[in-house]
Amino acid sequence: MTALDERVDAQPAPARRHARLRPGRWALPIWGWLVIAWLTSPIIVMIIFGFNDTKSRLNIHWQGFTLRWYRELFQIPDLTDALKNSITIAIIVTVIATVMGTLMGLGLGKYRFRGLGATNLLMFANIAAPEVVLGAALLSLFITMGIPRGYWTIVIAQVMFSIAYVAVTVRARMAGLDPNLEEAARDLGAGPYATFFRITLPMIMPGVMAGALLVLALSIDDYIITSFNAGQVQTFPLWVYGATRNGVPPQVNVMGTFIFMFGVLLALVAWATNRRRAA
Amino acid sequence: MRRARLGARLAPYFLVLPGWLWLVLFFVVPTFVMLSMSTQTGDIVAGFKQTFHWQNYSNGWDQYHVQFVRSIIYGLIATGLCVAIGYPVACWIAFRGGAHKSSLLFLLLLPFFVSFVIRTQAWSTILSDDGIVLSRLKDWGIVGADYHVLATPTAVIWGLTYNFLPFMVLPIYVALERLDPALLEASSDLYGSRAATFMKVVLPLSMPGVFAGVVLTFVPAAADYVNAFILGGSHTTMIGNIIQTEYFTNQDYPTASALSFLLMVGLLLGVFAYARAVGTENALEMAAAQ
Amino acid sequence: MHDNPNNLPPDFVRGLAQPRLTRRGFLQAGGLAALTAGLAACGVSGAKTGPTGSAATKAAKSFWQQQKKTGSFTFANWPLYIDKAHGTHPSLDLFTKQTGIDVSYKEVINDNAAFFGKIQPELQAGNSAGYDLMVITNGFELDKLKELNYLIALDQDRMTNFNANASDLVKNPSFDPGNQFTMAWQSGMTGIGYDPAKVGHKITSWQDLKDPKLKGKIGMFSDNQDLPSCALLAVGVNPEDSTEDDWNKAANWLKDQQPLVRKYYDQSYIDALGRGDVYASMAWSGDIYQANLGGGNLEFVIPDEGAVIWTDNMCIPAHAEHALDAMIYMDYVYQPKIAAMLAEWINYITPVDGVQAIIKQDAAKATGGDRASLNYLADSVLIFPSSDEFAKLHRYRVLTTDEENTWNDIFEPIYQA
Repeated sequence: MTALDERVDAQPAPARRHARLRPGRWALPIWGWLVIAWLTSPIIVMIIFGFNDTKSRLNIHWQGFTLRWYRELFQIPDLTDALKNSITIAIIVTVIATVMGTLMGLGLGKYRFRGLGATNLLMFANIAAPEVVLGAALLSLFITMGIPRGYWTIVIAQVMFSIAYVAVTVRARMAGLDPNLEEAARDLGAGPYATFFRITLPMIMPGVMAGALLVLALSIDDYIITSFNAGQVQTFPLWVYGATRNGVPPQVNVMGTFIFMFGVLLALVAWATNRRRAA
Repeated sequence: MRRARLGARLAPYFLVLPGWLWLVLFFVVPTFVMLSMSTQTGDIVAGFKQTFHWQNYSNGWDQYHVQFVRSIIYGLIATGLCVAIGYPVACWIAFRGGAHKSSLLFLLLLPFFVSFVIRTQAWSTILSDDGIVLSRLKDWGIVGADYHVLATPTAVIWGLTYNFLPFMVLPIYVALERLDPALLEASSDLYGSRAATFMKVVLPLSMPGVFAGVVLTFVPAAADYVNAFILGGSHTTMIGNIIQTEYFTNQDYPTASALSFLLMVGLLLGVFAYARAVGTENALEMAAAQ
Repeated sequence: MHDNPNNLPPDFVRGLAQPRLTRRGFLQAGGLAALTAGLAACGVSGAKTGPTGSAATKAAKSFWQQQKKTGSFTFANWPLYIDKAHGTHPSLDLFTKQTGIDVSYKEVINDNAAFFGKIQPELQAGNSAGYDLMVITNGFELDKLKELNYLIALDQDRMTNFNANASDLVKNPSFDPGNQFTMAWQSGMTGIGYDPAKVGHKITSWQDLKDPKLKGKIGMFSDNQDLPSCALLAVGVNPEDSTEDDWNKAANWLKDQQPLVRKYYDQSYIDALGRGDVYASMAWSGDIYQANLGGGNLEFVIPDEGAVIWTDNMCIPAHAEHALDAMIYMDYVYQPKIAAMLAEWINYITPVDGVQAIIKQDAAKATGGDRASLNYLADSVLIFPSSDEFAKLHRYRVLTTDEENTWNDIFEPIYQA
């Protein structure tokens, strides 16, 4: 280590000073911010056109500023129902998938057992398989067994594709854990359940939370798999997709704005708790 | 003592059991049901019967191989663009993010909280022939007055790249973030130039991330149909659109199942082949690193 | 955290790289084969057929004798297909006031085939589809619904308003002789919609949609009813009598046109027209009318060779739980006053006689902008076509299941290219 230090110190100072001013140094940040701007531009358009005083069905040309759509947000009963469905389904799916996925991630991260390879393969196939196929296959099952499609088939479908994401996230978190902590707890006399709830679970909690957040976002946003298995039930993305034929009403922009603000809120909360933890 | 050890031995099986059950019931079994449905014949009025009619596959390919190939091509182009655009972004956040890494990641992922149908629809507005972007370009004479980007393959690939970029950036970021900075310092001492450091150290070590990103991007992009529906035109139909039509408009479940199965097998075979090409080397590297 | 730079665990990646053939693998494969064989026995059964002829009439009569009013029903319809004011539907409110029956109104139908696909599994399982009244266009899906016995035969004794006021277009139509299962909701025309300012000249024929000067600015429909029927008209054939040879000729016409077409649209063509993405397109009469109300300058044309007329029909799906309430509503809207309320909003062709006169009366009583728009409505040939125009309108071809397969094989590749 010391030889390396000496070599580093021996580097001429001026070269390092000028490194800051090299034009190449700014290329990366500029590119990064450009990409972020590109990713955010449709959101900006969506937010802006939520204030558009449009008189026709088309919400394309700017016709003036209004807060009308914020006031009349719940004027389209089907849209409100669809949004409610999306939110309730997302909560149910998040709970179920996070529990099952955490258990799976724990098992995969902690133990070496005979089914390990097969489990990894199963999860990989589930994550890698295209949504069209996942949705269509499940639909085939429901059709063959005569199960009518509706609210609960949506829940089943969404849990199905979410478990693997939580499991992978929790397993990744487990990979970085110090096994000595658990052993220490056991040496101190803690039983397996106590060890789990007071040592393991808090340590993997960031991974569990990350997985839960991922499932929440995937569930609210899901279109393809849900559309195959929804029957007549509408969720928010399904309703919006149907509405693109006749002109998307500005209420959709307003709801999208609220969902986006919710995401911003979550980000701020996460940032604030991180800072507190670092302090 | 023996009970505890037996419990410890059985623990992993109990842990993964719920997830296994769910996935087997609602992922593995349906795949076989779909396979079984793909060889049936009939229609919605008379019913469908299992006749092992494997011609459904050859008929499906005959009728729709153009859309199949087109979907693969669109997927590959979109994935390539995602790598080109996303890799520098991942580098930026991983190496230059410093204390702001999570915030930058959040900024990157924030737009994806909004439903992707809405985002794609917004692109349809932005890119419309007389919309914000194109009208300016036409005024400045950069493009002809007849130019349009919607209803072309460009628009569909644009939408695919846009919608799947985070799936590429995240895995690459994770791989880069875990690189030991001492490794980079040592390499810059050895090789002297940043370019060499990148080519000989950073790039190879980030390959697992690139691999994961490619898998998570290419498969959904090739199978997507929403982008083609909202942004596409004639001669941009993808195989996902066809499958959706066969299920819901024609109720031709056997053909639809055959096409789905073909798509899945094709994509997964490609991914596994890619995994072998990349994976074997990685296994050796991993063994060496440990 | 830094000892595993991979995203994927090494043993997993290694596992991917080296597939192993073991006894276990063979056992697993054998198990899977058995599972598949078991699933091979599965199929999806078809629908059961019901009584026909006079047995059907008797069955219908006894069915209706057993029905009771329940005080509510669920109505599935297309979007923008009923009157609307301040977040409510005045005609439905009036119906509730006058009959005491609540209406749960759902705009869930965007496409006949997709809607059929959604309710079909429920109906096949013998369950209610969740709706007591739905509006289906005459065409493949309506034919299938009738064939599969998924429609409840109407109570002919409760059709007094219908029998008194229905127009000739919708009484005893070819797709439902004797109005056994359906009563028309609205009708509409499929012709050509275009922006005269952008096109620069009047459009009068289907051949104008093959104008090379409009390359990339032409829209066509992506469905298997309107698109082929208009193509048949373009090659000079009446869709209702067309033969397979005619279908091939029409398909060739469409294939010639394909390089000029920007996109094969669903109903979103009207957005494209409004935005200027296309200058001329196949169009529905009501969409053009409504677009102009919102400030557009589009024109609708019945081409020289003819245009298509379609009818959206109210019908009651099988196993509906509130059939009688739905039946009462169906006849209720055939009063000219109610039909006028609907016509003033929907802007398609009303199935009730005498509505034009009522609208003119309303116009006389109104003032300013309302009077102008009501007069515009009453005089519009899109809403009240003359008999000359009716002569140029044709219905879809009725197809058997086999013919439908041939028809689809000929036309689908064109709009699914």
